[in-house]
Parts: sequence; C-alpha cells; structure tokens
Amino acid sequence: MHALTAQSAAELSESRADGLVRLSKVRPGDRGVIVEVRAGHAADHGVDVDELERRLLEFGFVEGAAIEVLHEGLVGQDPIAVRVDDMRVALRRRDAADVWVRLETK
Amino acid sequence: MSEAVIRPARVALVGNPNTGKTALFNALTGSRQKVANYAGVTVERKEGFVTTASGRHLSILDLPGTYSLRARSPDEAVTRDVVLGQLAGEQAPDVVVAVADATNLRLVLRLILELKAVGRPMVLALNMYDIALRQGLRIDLDGLRAELGVPIVTTVATRKRGIDDLVAQVEALVAAGALPEHENQWRAPTAGEIRSAHREAQRILKTYVRPPEHPDTLTGRIDAVLLHPVAGLAILLGLLFVMFQAVFSWAGPAQDLIEAGFAVLGELVAQVLPDGLLQSLLVDGLIAGVGSVLVFLPQILILFFFIILLEDFGYMARAAFLMDRIMGGAGLHGRAFIPLLSSFACAIPGVMAARVIDQKRDRLTTILVAPLMTCSARIPVYTLIISAFIPDRTVGPGLNLQGLVMFGLYAAGIASALLVSLVIRKVFWRGAVEPFLMELPTYKLPSLANVGRNLLLRAQIFIGRAGRIILPLMILVWALSTFPAPPPGATQPDIDYSFAGMIGQALQPLFAPIGFNWQMVVALIPGFAAREVAVAALGTVYAVGDAEANVGALATQLSESWSLATGLAFLAWYIFAPQCAATLGVVKRETNSWAWTGVMFAYMVTLAYLASFAVYHTAVALGWG
Repeated sequence: MHALTAQSAAELSESRADGLVRLSKVRPGDRGVIVEVRAGHAADHGVDVDELERRLLEFGFVEGAAIEVLHEGLVGQDPIAVRVDDMRVALRRRDAADVWVRLETK
Repeated sequence: MSEAVIRPARVALVGNPNTGKTALFNALTGSRQKVANYAGVTVERKEGFVTTASGRHLSILDLPGTYSLRARSPDEAVTRDVVLGQLAGEQAPDVVVAVADATNLRLVLRLILELKAVGRPMVLALNMYDIALRQGLRIDLDGLRAELGVPIVTTVATRKRGIDDLVAQVEALVAAGALPEHENQWRAPTAGEIRSAHREAQRILKTYVRPPEHPDTLTGRIDAVLLHPVAGLAILLGLLFVMFQAVFSWAGPAQDLIEAGFAVLGELVAQVLPDGLLQSLLVDGLIAGVGSVLVFLPQILILFFFIILLEDFGYMARAAFLMDRIMGGAGLHGRAFIPLLSSFACAIPGVMAARVIDQKRDRLTTILVAPLMTCSARIPVYTLIISAFIPDRTVGPGLNLQGLVMFGLYAAGIASALLVSLVIRKVFWRGAVEPFLMELPTYKLPSLANVGRNLLLRAQIFIGRAGRIILPLMILVWALSTFPAPPPGATQPDIDYSFAGMIGQALQPLFAPIGFNWQMVVALIPGFAAREVAVAALGTVYAVGDAEANVGALATQLSESWSLATGLAFLAWYIFAPQCAATLGVVKRETNSWAWTGVMFAYMVTLAYLASFAVYHTAVALGWG
C-alpha cells in the first residue's frame, strides 16, 4: 500500500530524478526530445488512459521525436502549440502531461 | 458485356486532414458530384464521377480525413467502415487512393501501412508536389514505389496537374481486375503497434526522402503574429467584426430581392388561382414559408464564404487554438468556435458545422447551445419590440438606449450559451473533458475555384434542407393557423378561430404569469415555423395589414395594447425560446436522437419561461406593469 502511494506520488510529480520533464510544464522556446509517452496520469481525460496514449502517438508524440514549443495561449498559458518533428500540433497542457521530454540546456 | 460497363468501379480517397484531398476530388470530378448522407449516420457522403479516356466509368468517394483507421469520431468511423467494406449500404472500394501531402509524409505513411494491411489495391497520390519541389524536398519515387509496392502519382490538385496520370493508374488497377491482394489483416492497433508503425514510417522516410533544403518558414512567421497571445486575439476579434459587418450589410440587398421575389410570386399565384384553400396553402403556406427560410441564404453564403476561405488558408485551426481556453472554461471545445459563430446567422448551419468537432460529447454540447446564439431571425422581432417599448434616447456619448438594449440581448444569448454548456458538462458528462489534439496545418493560399465549389455545395445543402425538413413543418403550421375556417359573420381575424387560436387561448393561463396576453400566445404558434414569422402573426392578430413592411404601425399598436413589463418579458422569451421548428428538425438529424432534441426543447422552454417570469415581475415591481 505504501509502495503504491509512493508510486502515484512519483507519477504526479513535475520532474523526475533522471532530468525528464512533463510536456505540460514547458514554455515557448523550449526544445528537446521525447523520451517517454506513458499513460497513467491521474487526471480525468474523458477517455481511458490507454486511449489517450494512442491518440498522442497517432499525432506523432512518439519516443525519439524532436519537439520545439512554439506558442501558448493567453489564459493560463494554455493550450500550447508544439512542433513535433516536421508538423505543428496544438494540445492542452492537461493532455500533454503524459509526455516526458528531455530539454536541451539553453 | 463486361462488369466494368455495368457498374462504375468504386474508388475511395483516403488521407490525413489538410492534404488537399477535397481539392483532388474536385479536380477529378469537376461538377459531376453529388452530396448526401451515409445511411443512418449524419456524415456527408461526397461522390463524384469520372469517365476515363478509354470510356470506363469511375465513381469516386471523398472519405473524411483521418490519421488512422482506428476511428475517433463518427466521420472517421465512416472512413474505416467504408475501407473495410463494413458500412451498411456501401460496398468496399475496388481501389483505394491514398492522398498525401508530399511535404508532410510522416503521419500519412503510417496510415498507408494500415491501408496496406486491409489489402485493397491502392494508388498513392503525392499531392502538393509543387510545394515539395519548391522547398527542395527530394523524394526517391522509384525507391518508395518499390518499398510500398503501390503505384505512385505526383499531383498538384489546385492546378489540376497529375490528374490524368492518377486516373490512368487507377484504371490500370481496375483493368487488372482490382482483386484484393490478400484478406483484410487490419485490426485496431495497440499503443505498441502504433509505436512500431511509427518506427517503420521513420525508416522509410529516412531512406527515400531527403529533407527540404528550404523548409517552409512562412507558416512560422505568420504564426508569430496570428498565434501571439494578445495580437492574435485582437486580430481574431477584428476578423469577426469584419465578418459580421459583411453578413449584415452585404446580405441586405440580396435579402430584399429574395423577399420581393417571393412576394411577387405569391401575388402572381394569388391572381391565377381562385380564392380558397389551395390558394391559401400555396401562397400563405408554401411560398411564404419557403421564402421566410430562403431569405437567410445570402447571410449564410457570406458567412460560409469567410469560413471556407479561412479554413482553406489554415486559419480556422488557429482560431480554435486561440479560443480553446476561453471557451474551455465553459466546457466547450476550441473547435466549437466555428459552429457557434455560424449560429449568429442561423442555427441550422451552426448545428451542421458542429461536425468538425471529433469528440461526441463536445459536439453534442455545441449543438445543444448553438440555438442560444442570437440568429438573424430574432432581429425582426427584437427590432419590433424595441421600437415599440424602448425610447429612442441618447444615454451617453455615442450610446443610444435602443442600441444598448439590442447589444444586451446579444450579450445575454452568448452568456447563457456559455452557462448552459457549463451545466451540460457538469450534469451529463460529470465534468469529464475529452482530449484536445489538433494539427496546425501549413498556411496555403486558398484556391478561388475550390472556395466557389464549396460555397455552391453549402447552398445546395441548405436549400435541400429547406425543402425536406422545413417545408412539411411550414405546411403544418399553416394548417394549424387556417383550420377550421371562421364562422360566417365572424368579426375577429380568421386566425382567432383556427386551431392556433384555440391552442393560444387554451394555453394563455399558462402564460399569464409571465405577462403574455392570448394574442401573443396565438402569434407564438406560427412563430414556431420561424422566429420572425411571429412579427407577421402579431400583425394578423392585431389586424395590421402587411406587418413586416409596416413595422411602425404595428409597434404603435403594440405599445398601446401591451404594458412595458409585457414587452420586456416578450424580449426575454425570445432570447431563449426554441421558436424554430427547422432547428429542432436539424438537431434531430444531426444527433440522430429524439431524446437530445427533447432535452434541447425542454431546457430552452424552461429558460425562456423563467427569464420572462423574472423580467415581468421585476418590471411590474418597478411600476412598469
């Protein structure tokens, strides 16, 4: 039980010991590479987590893809516009939380 | 006689959104198109016909754009089911044409791998090839052809280049028998399978495509302005302002012409036919009814002109991006912006435009609140009541009281739509929010020919709807207002003796608490055919001839017979009331559910009643009774 709680705490954290950050935390100008796409985030997306993962993958959010954060909205800096390899995709930060990226150091 | 002569070979166009698939469809089929719905679903079915150089007939189906056969929306489900030959009433295509944007091959390669698993004969059309060449993108066509095992054609749909070549390749497959290469092996991929398909697509891309020497930087530069958090929103608002100016000022002359045309037609028929039921049915029922709906055609066309232009340019996805959070606060999807915008002209195209939303719940929410936006049919009613009850007074620099009330009515419509969608999300969806993922396509110069063709299509669809849904309702309303005929020697207007009159008087006690007299209730019944018909109906019950042309006389009459409180309550009623049978008909069609249509009707009536009640009693308390 304790282990489970610890695990979900880790899942909800904003960054990890290995230096990866959630795509939901990035700012315009950030560049990096997607390292992991893993559903399991606690937020309610109206679809099951596996479905969200597949949708992200279908839009090109796949391990190894290069990303660059282009724009963000006015209210709550949401949604964000991201260049994924050679296409541009808009998504909400809440849906981006399952994508872990390694950012280039500026 | 060979089979090819008996029936045309079926060709299906499949591709990602924004690949110029529809432009290719237009270039292939020209004006030989027909639009309908797929049986049982409210997805547009666009079919066109081609006759090849050797005289073979091809039927081309333009399937909704998708990123995967693993469908997420009703539109995408149609694409999957047609390709798999699983849609009732549709046979599997003989040949699949995969349409790809040559400058953006990554995602479409994965779709092509899925299509390969289906096993139908396939041709790959690399569209927008001119842009790829200009960018210095090099594709090893022979290598890619060998790798994928399908014929490849390069096309520039907007300039009709490569079309003959595409037709020839398709025909070659048809002539060879168009036999499936193998049994269907496609099934919905798991996350792991999507990943490996991506890796495969990546490998193919790396092997056969050399990245562009001069990649497109224009889109990035335009986005720096159009997606700027502040400047972008300001530009969007400016665009909206121009659109509304255009919808209401450019459409005026055309609308006058249509109204005058139907008036002349009505008079002509009235002269030719003897007085009586047939004349009344044709003139008051059919001609007046159809005229009252067709009069919105100019506004709808102008609105759609802007929407199609901006969509083809690539701006609509940006508008959805800018509006997503603002509308998301109320539980709406960024894409709901376009349908709700259309609803300012008329809720019917608004409800239809909700098809662009791929999530079922978001789409339903949008459809349910679209009729709350102030459509142009409310304007004649608002104008009449405002001129009757609101003094034409200046209340501040450049502020006129009548204008202020009109603005307040629009604002009330928008505010209530946002509020209702919030409630719908809480009550029906229990707060669940579906993911919002959307490609921001590269900007492209719209082709006027395509805009024109799409506009023509919208006009056909609207007129078709007017005929099939609205006409029968008009006749019903006419019958209610006409039968039974008044007794001999009747002194009151005919409508008082009709079913509408009886219903109005029977329902009046229900409306007494909100300050409506029985004449108003009677006028509401024909007003159910279309909101602005209530003006003519009020003219009838108050015996003011030609009320629509003579608004001044009717306004004077109303200001004498109603109290201010009653007038204001009537305005409040019109903000919310579902006074439009045509909208209900379209909602039934689009949701495919009487239950949702019922939910919409019930909540709108309830809101209208509560709002009128509150307004009436507040006004009476203020001494305006």
